[in-house]
Amino acid sequence: MTISLDDVRRVAYLARIEVTDAEVVAVHEKLAGVFGMIEQMQKIDTEGVEPMSHGQDIPLRQRADKVTEIDRHEAFQAIAPQVENSLYLVPRVIE
Amino acid sequence: MSSIQQAGLAELATMLRDRKISSVELTQHFLDRIAEFDRVLNAFITVDRERSLAGARDADKVIAAGKAGALTGIPIAHKDIFCTRGWLTSCGSKMLANFISPYDAHLIERFAEAGAVILGKTNMDEFAMGSSTETSFFGPVKNPWDTGAVPGGSSGGSAACIAARLAPAATATDTGGSIRQPAAFTGVCGLKPTYGLVSRYGMIAFASSLDQAGPMAKSAADVAQLLNVMAGFDARDSTSVERAAEDYARDLGAPLAGLRIGLPREYFGEGLAPDVGRAVEGALAQFRKLGALIVDISLPASGHAVPVYYVIAPAEASSNLSRFDGVRYGHRAPAYADLADMYCKTRAQGFGDEVKRRILIGTYVLSHGYYDAYYLKAQKIRRLIARDYADAFKRCDVIMGPTAPSVAFEFSAKSEDPVQMYLNDIYTVAANLAGLPAMSIPCGFGDKGRPVGLQITGDYFAEAKMLRVAHQYQLATDWHARVPQGVKGL
Repeated sequence: MTISLDDVRRVAYLARIEVTDAEVVAVHEKLAGVFGMIEQMQKIDTEGVEPMSHGQDIPLRQRADKVTEIDRHEAFQAIAPQVENSLYLVPRVIE
Repeated sequence: MSSIQQAGLAELATMLRDRKISSVELTQHFLDRIAEFDRVLNAFITVDRERSLAGARDADKVIAAGKAGALTGIPIAHKDIFCTRGWLTSCGSKMLANFISPYDAHLIERFAEAGAVILGKTNMDEFAMGSSTETSFFGPVKNPWDTGAVPGGSSGGSAACIAARLAPAATATDTGGSIRQPAAFTGVCGLKPTYGLVSRYGMIAFASSLDQAGPMAKSAADVAQLLNVMAGFDARDSTSVERAAEDYARDLGAPLAGLRIGLPREYFGEGLAPDVGRAVEGALAQFRKLGALIVDISLPASGHAVPVYYVIAPAEASSNLSRFDGVRYGHRAPAYADLADMYCKTRAQGFGDEVKRRILIGTYVLSHGYYDAYYLKAQKIRRLIARDYADAFKRCDVIMGPTAPSVAFEFSAKSEDPVQMYLNDIYTVAANLAGLPAMSIPCGFGDKGRPVGLQITGDYFAEAKMLRVAHQYQLATDWHARVPQGVKGL
């Protein structure tokens, strides 16, 4: 398995990172090098091994479904790029 | 004033309590050193003299009232990954170069409760992704031992400021070695605790199943004192471990006779620079003199830790960093066609090349059709790595080896080749994958007079034991007390 130029374009869009045509070859070259290293994992026999997602393999703690935060939206929105009437503004999506 | 620079935290606390020095004088002293030397080193992203001195004045009042805690009045530098209310918290990125945090990380709250003064925010690889601090938007940090060499990363600023004695101690984070490798490269001590011991609340997330905050300082005794402040349960981090508080300094004085040190044969083979090998062998000889026994062990799966890490960490990063979209905080592209274009341009402009690379790797390994081959496969090998350690700890108390395969390298030596940079993490990433505590302490010097770090890995929650091992070594040696020659006249 190797990563292709088209894979790079597709993944860049999935990740919402603009990669221009001028950049894509250089980006691809470095990613191909990294995947060359990652490929050595495939040689290891993992038959019957359970995947491990957490350092100590313990389940995540759950908390009660109740509000614990106080309303600080003014402080949080004071650092936003664009806010109006306590709403975050983004470019129009539906005409 | 050089005695202040060399003084440990307990000594500084005593000086403050006995009014030999005030917190304002102490803070001023380190601020002056930063003003003098940091133009060259670039260890700090933010220094705010007035704010730090105001904190010191408050601390002096607490001391005058006889209510001083363990760290009251002592200035501590914080890695710029910890959200600090009212302070720029940039994570070394253009994306957050305008982000004044509206809240404090749990760790920042803990230090405030202990009375510490915030000395400044330290430089780091962008979003903690790097092993040289060359990916910082704010420029690279220089190694105080040799300004032509990198300080390691990602916590290069925290490491360099301690090495140059610009701060008595600092906080840092370690996802794949970001505390230990810079500690090794700059001749200071750094501990990555057991996963879950220190709350991740308010610590900007990179790879959530691996990220762990920890202390950096001049000595193991200081590290123990800082860990006492940092460790503890926090309900706001779902992976925070609920366990009774302990004093990590409680065993420092206990001798090492009979201690079993496991040496993984995989850590002393091909790829280890001879100068680093010699320094580590010297440390082991010292431990034998102190009564320790050497046990031969094997960690066969650890040889695959780097590829496993560079699947799991980017996968988690690609998810965590999706929050940076130019909508609620941080950078937003000045011009764009529509919403999707705003996201794409904001993220293309706000992230540097290494961060983009890791997001792309992570997005690819999690994408349809590749999940089993990469992410699931990596998680299975992760279990094999953890099992190797579990087997090893049946036969030894701690595991030792080099922290990094070489001493600090030159700027640009590896930054153009990501694979070479990633392979520098060969000895450090396995502890993160297994969730185990690991630390680095200075154990000598290699080529060009650059420091060498000894890595000590312990079983889960064995921090007190590891710190005792490190402290006993430091009672018998003085590597940790050495100061870079150039710093005085930098």
